Amino acid sequence: MKNKYKASIFFLFFIFCFVVFYKGLNNPNIYTPNIKVKKNIPLFKAKDFNSKVYINSEKIFDENKYYIVNIWASWCVPCIKEHPLLMELSINQSIKIIGLNYRDNLNNAKKFINEYGNPYTQILIDSDGTLAVEFGAYGVPETLIIDKNKKIIKKFVGPINEETVQEIKSIIK
Amino acid sequence: MKILKIFLITFLFLGTTQLKSDEKNNDFKNKILKNIRCLICQGQSVYDSESDFASSIKLIVDKKINEESSEEQIYEFLREKYGNWIIYDPELNKNTYILWLLPLLLFLLGGAIMIRKLKFKN
Repeated sequence: MKNKYKASIFFLFFIFCFVVFYKGLNNPNIYTPNIKVKKNIPLFKAKDFNSKVYINSEKIFDENKYYIVNIWASWCVPCIKEHPLLMELSINQSIKIIGLNYRDNLNNAKKFINEYGNPYTQILIDSDGTLAVEFGAYGVPETLIIDKNKKIIKKFVGPINEETVQEIKSIIK
Repeated sequence: MKILKIFLITFLFLGTTQLKSDEKNNDFKNKILKNIRCLICQGQSVYDSESDFASSIKLIVDKKINEESSEEQIYEFLREKYGNWIIYDPELNKNTYILWLLPLLLFLLGGAIMIRKLKFKN
């Protein structure tokens, strides 16, 4: 009887360990960002790409519109791929696209804009990458959607594609 | 000559005090950086990594230390941006109860079994 009791406890313990480790195996060991979280936009001060003047975030997101924050750099190859789609989105009058130029050489960034077009209503300089951290980003390109309540409602990690553009358009509707 | 000696001693004293304070600040910063996971590297802390992401986080931690934020405030800021995954040392919450309490339970259970066995032997 005692042995049976011991065996069943051991069996239950074994099952418990198996479940814990099995679940652990299915967990990814790389960072997967929570892309659906609603967060307030961070408060910051950033240098404008054209005027080189520092602007407060409240002033950047001051209109009652949807905003798209796109983190990009001239050295980033996937940014070239998504650029025509940003140009397409920039035609839409109900959104404003803010570019965050991430750890870039300003001359190269200017050349990039001259070559591929400028979809941004404003470009901010993030020369040391700390502004991207404020937005919870960890690389380029990343695109965030900010609603009229100034909340980050969606995040796209990596280059946007046709499907993403449709999703953005349906959110903005 | 006497004034020069006093000046030199004061200068050296202030210099070493400054060095000690810098060293203390550096130790504090390194302790924090070693507990932050580099999200784009495999198995590396921000302290060990030279990636762009790690460099930005190092700057942020530097800024927060200068603003006299506490270690917990810095972790809280990063958790808010990236979630719990960014900190190596998981905090005690409903998702980590088992992680924290299971070793303790196993230790107590093992101890109890050992004591029982020893009692039986005696």
